[in-house]
Amino acid sequence: MQLSPYSRARPKPVGSRRETVIWYMMRITGVMLFVLALAHFSIYHFIWDPAEQTAEFIITERWNQLFWRGYTWLMLMTVLFHGWLGMRTVVLDYFHRPRVRTGVLWFLYGLGIFLLIIGTQVIFQAPLPVEGASAQ
Amino acid sequence: MLRVPTVLRYRGREGMLAWAFHRISGIGIFAFIVLHVIDIYLVGGNPELYDEVLEFYASLPGRVMEVVLGGALLYHALNGLRIIILDLWPSMTVFHRGMWWAMWAIFIVVGVPGALIIMRPVWLPFVQDLGLL
Repeated sequence: MQLSPYSRARPKPVGSRRETVIWYMMRITGVMLFVLALAHFSIYHFIWDPAEQTAEFIITERWNQLFWRGYTWLMLMTVLFHGWLGMRTVVLDYFHRPRVRTGVLWFLYGLGIFLLIIGTQVIFQAPLPVEGASAQ
Repeated sequence: MLRVPTVLRYRGREGMLAWAFHRISGIGIFAFIVLHVIDIYLVGGNPELYDEVLEFYASLPGRVMEVVLGGALLYHALNGLRIIILDLWPSMTVFHRGMWWAMWAIFIVVGVPGALIIMRPVWLPFVQDLGLL
């Protein structure tokens, strides 16, 4: 079977331990996201309608429980991992000049770290609901 | 010499189409995630602005975009499972096309009701006016 020399496509990589680990982690995080992300989408679109989801709703109905804050953070970690390694595959396929490729990858990683920081910060620092009053 | 794009020339059929949709949906979801983590940051950082963003998501164009996002997500997830099945059981490769069609059946069965639920505030008034509900 002839495969593109650039593609990181499906066959399990041989010869590179890093690429093999990435290959496994994409599948493991993919299955995790199948559960976490599809349940998340279902909760926020099918169980509740977006029209009723103000910031107050999030604070008083969802993030008043540590479980949902933890769930959201786990989902954030998993999607950043899966998405960024996925984008790495795409970049490696289309950008071949070494400096351009490195530049694009580091820009993407920087973006990922930025999202990790602001995502973690809001999940753990968003206020808990005040008893008997609006969260605002 | 006329250059024909590979996608029009290479006869990869379902397998290549599956890969192409997987990549396109993946990049689309990635772009959405960048915006989504930032907008969720507003829940703690600027709740009033978050409420305004939600109003857009609940509007007609917002809902149409949500249906597209849901479709991309569902396709990427289902095809991802198909890939994992093929990786764990290589003998299933002979059925890769059958799995492709089965996957589209699941996509329709799950996706169409989902799209209807998301778009409900848009079509429900029309159906009620017609006296059907």
